[in-house]
Amino acid sequence: MSIIEKQKKEVTIRFAGDSGDGIQLTGSQFTSTTALSGNDLSTFPDYPAEIRAPAGTVAGVSGFQIHFGSKAIHTPGDLCDVLVVMNAAALKANLKFLKPGGIIIANTDGFGKKDLSLAKFAPGETPMKDAKNSGYIVIEIDVTKMTRESLKDTGLTIKEIDRSKNMFVLGVLYWLFSRPLDSTIQFLNRKFAKKPQIAEANIKALNDGFTYAIATELFSERYSVDAAPIEPGTYRNITGNDAIVLGIAAVARKSEFPVFLGSYPITPASEILQGLSVLKNFGVTTYQAEDEIAAISSAIGASFGGSLGITTSSGPGVALKGEAIGLAVMLELPLVIVNVQRAGPSTGLPTKTEQSDLLQAFYGRAGEAPVAILSASSPADCFEVTYEACRIAVEHMIPVMLLTDGFIANGAEPWKLPVISELKPVDPRFEKARDNGQEDTPFLPYKRDENLVRPWAIPGTKGLVHRIGGLEKEHETGNISYDPDNHQKMTEMREKKRDMIANFIPDQKMDEGSDTGKLLVVGWGSTYGSIKSAVSEAREEGLDVSFLHLRYLNPFPKNLGTLLNGFEKILVPEINRGQLSRILRERFLLPVEGFNRVRGVPLMVSELKEKITQLCKS
Amino acid sequence: MSTQKTVNGSQGNGNLQAKDFASDQEVRWCPGCGDYTILKQVQTLMPKLGLDPENIVFIAGIGCSSRFPYYMNTFGIHGIHGRAPAIATGLKVARPDLSVWVITGDGDALSIGGNHIIHLLRRNLDINLLLFNNEIYGLTKGQYSPTSPKGLVTKTSPAGSVDNPFNPLALALGANGSFIARAMDRDPKHLQIMLERTAQHSGTSFLEIYQNCIVFNDGAFSPYTDKSLRDNTSLYLEDGQPLLFGANDAFGVRLDGYRPELVDLRNGKWSKDDLWIHDEQDRNKAWLLTSLFDDNTTEGKLPRPFGVFLAEERPTYEELVRNQIAASIERRGEGDLEELLTGEETWTVKG
Repeated sequence: MSIIEKQKKEVTIRFAGDSGDGIQLTGSQFTSTTALSGNDLSTFPDYPAEIRAPAGTVAGVSGFQIHFGSKAIHTPGDLCDVLVVMNAAALKANLKFLKPGGIIIANTDGFGKKDLSLAKFAPGETPMKDAKNSGYIVIEIDVTKMTRESLKDTGLTIKEIDRSKNMFVLGVLYWLFSRPLDSTIQFLNRKFAKKPQIAEANIKALNDGFTYAIATELFSERYSVDAAPIEPGTYRNITGNDAIVLGIAAVARKSEFPVFLGSYPITPASEILQGLSVLKNFGVTTYQAEDEIAAISSAIGASFGGSLGITTSSGPGVALKGEAIGLAVMLELPLVIVNVQRAGPSTGLPTKTEQSDLLQAFYGRAGEAPVAILSASSPADCFEVTYEACRIAVEHMIPVMLLTDGFIANGAEPWKLPVISELKPVDPRFEKARDNGQEDTPFLPYKRDENLVRPWAIPGTKGLVHRIGGLEKEHETGNISYDPDNHQKMTEMREKKRDMIANFIPDQKMDEGSDTGKLLVVGWGSTYGSIKSAVSEAREEGLDVSFLHLRYLNPFPKNLGTLLNGFEKILVPEINRGQLSRILRERFLLPVEGFNRVRGVPLMVSELKEKITQLCKS
Repeated sequence: MSTQKTVNGSQGNGNLQAKDFASDQEVRWCPGCGDYTILKQVQTLMPKLGLDPENIVFIAGIGCSSRFPYYMNTFGIHGIHGRAPAIATGLKVARPDLSVWVITGDGDALSIGGNHIIHLLRRNLDINLLLFNNEIYGLTKGQYSPTSPKGLVTKTSPAGSVDNPFNPLALALGANGSFIARAMDRDPKHLQIMLERTAQHSGTSFLEIYQNCIVFNDGAFSPYTDKSLRDNTSLYLEDGQPLLFGANDAFGVRLDGYRPELVDLRNGKWSKDDLWIHDEQDRNKAWLLTSLFDDNTTEGKLPRPFGVFLAEERPTYEELVRNQIAASIERRGEGDLEELLTGEETWTVKG
């Protein structure tokens, strides 16, 4: 039988198995090799909510999806072309993500009687046969048997040999997608540098998987995916949470002030605290507080002392921080609050994604408490947005809320490394000491500059002693004031100071399409990839649709109103019940339509495209 | 220029005086409030720290006592209810060079801020915490507090409070505090000594101050603070000295195993040599001291101790944090941003 070689523009693969099957490692190795082959890509891990759910059950299934291609890739893909399942539970949990007629690569050893029963298949049910009958292509491999056979002479125990099963499967996939093995071989040699026997075994399993695919003629087709046209540069793969860690470290190294992170562990934000905890030599101090309130309060204390205070959390934690955010608004100190959103309310779906804290960011505090709000659109974008959030907080002496979500926090994509010399230091407004004859010049802690920004007057500086607090301040002196006109004035000034940040951010650009037309799609945050894909597809079909994606949510870029007014219709897709759409309607008095899903997962490109098509044609 | 004697042995801050630490803000506590004495004693202490005002920070939460920072000519933050220890922790970790003081009350520290107090104590930051205990909510105008005695009739407990009160020093000790002491507003001389000790201690100093709220809970501590009564109810602890109290040291406390016992030294049965000798380093005995917490307004009851219950030296939190940072820099050098951003694996796309 001869094998047909096929070129593919894009492919989505989903790996699934037990938590102990090494699925994430398999996925990340496939990702590295794919990146080195020059494809554009996007990935998303799908961890079980339970730490160690019983082996073989649906609750214990861990997944990893990669979407790669010879064209620009913006999402991890709606549905997959190839589903790799290590056991029956993995098939049960993931068949719904496979395209009709797609390929299932199954480890038959994971489909025994016990496995079927653990996966809650009814007695007598034959899931693989059923899948074949439903039109899927099912490739059965007894991975356990083959791996044990492959490694029988290594002197390793059965337990150790079974840990290489994932490499055997990876070898099969490398053959199927015409990929070289060398990057993974180098990785294995690095990872097991101290255990060469284990490294060799894994490499052998990988090679044997590759050879097995050739020798047994498992597949009738073999695929190749050409390199994508990618902007030249040096790239690495990065998750959103890691990009925030690097963004914060970069601010600390490039600026003259240190950074203090006060945080309390919460899914899906904990990786930021963990990541910065190991960077003690980068000018970042981390503090794991006793609760969310202490976390932000400690950050405020550090900011008072001349560090940039940062706190990281998710929606429920940010709710607890609300009062302290109000304090920071009053104190007019720099503060960055990162909200890695998750599905709510309450505990909600901690490991699933949502964009439902936008209104909380806008309004979720006592009193008139204006803060600046930024959002990141993709894992790689998190670096630049973090840097920007820190810049605004310090240069405008204001709390800045940075919104990301569980999808981009854990999802990964290639990131073009920034040129470090081009990263601008953040410029703090430190007030100078009153000495050398200036001792008698009174210090006014709330005297503002032309942008309404007050000075950063830190303890230890001669002549600057002053008291600040949550009580309303008198203009300029900062003394307690109950004067009605003063409260009116200060309330307006705090708001105007926030609004004036608009003079220091770039104008909004169109991401796709012209500046006027029939339909404008407006997005923010992690929906960028889905919207971009849907709009691109619609435009390829000749539809009159444009797309802009907001990074700056409060204040908005100054030209946003003009852009919105250039279209007959506006569509705002969001993973919530319509929050940005509500704000845009209120702010610009325009009829804005929402496209809203709260399923804990990214928006489906196909569904969104359908909506765009419908609006363009009506 | 005269150099003053300082509590921490430093060179001193020239000729600064108590009045140099008073801010220009009008003090607004009720006439006769115990807070006035405490403010005066703290301002008296300040020159003895040997620090310039800009190196001292007072941080407070919410409540009558928490207005305190506004009246000090130092740096200060009037924060939010209960959170002063958390704000102070962030500041002290970021700026170990500063002298940081937390001013709090029984509601602020032990109700809404209870969580932060216990964590501050176990971590042992070098922060001085003054707890103004008046056993009532004053700023909200008279509701029972977590230290109000059972049965106290207030606006929210018209039939008497059924809450069991906290024993603040036992709580602080249980949270592994390293310095625990008690003073009262009505004995400013002793209060000054306690403030000095508080400032001297390296680590979290927890000083509870009995403070009279003249409007909502007047006389709550009068059995211990009134000059006519306190001889027979209050015992002043001194390191290395026997536990004596009463007019002409008529009474003492001895230990019967681990049970404190009141003894009368006038009848010849017991002498000073039989008494419990106070040891500030002894954590176990500090437990017993905090247990002297009964209502002792009736005769024959054990006295209420004042003074330093425990003063134990151990490394401060900020010191440990700074040591880790220094060790990291020594081992790996100042962080190399290029190397960090590059990570373990990169690939290059050519133009």
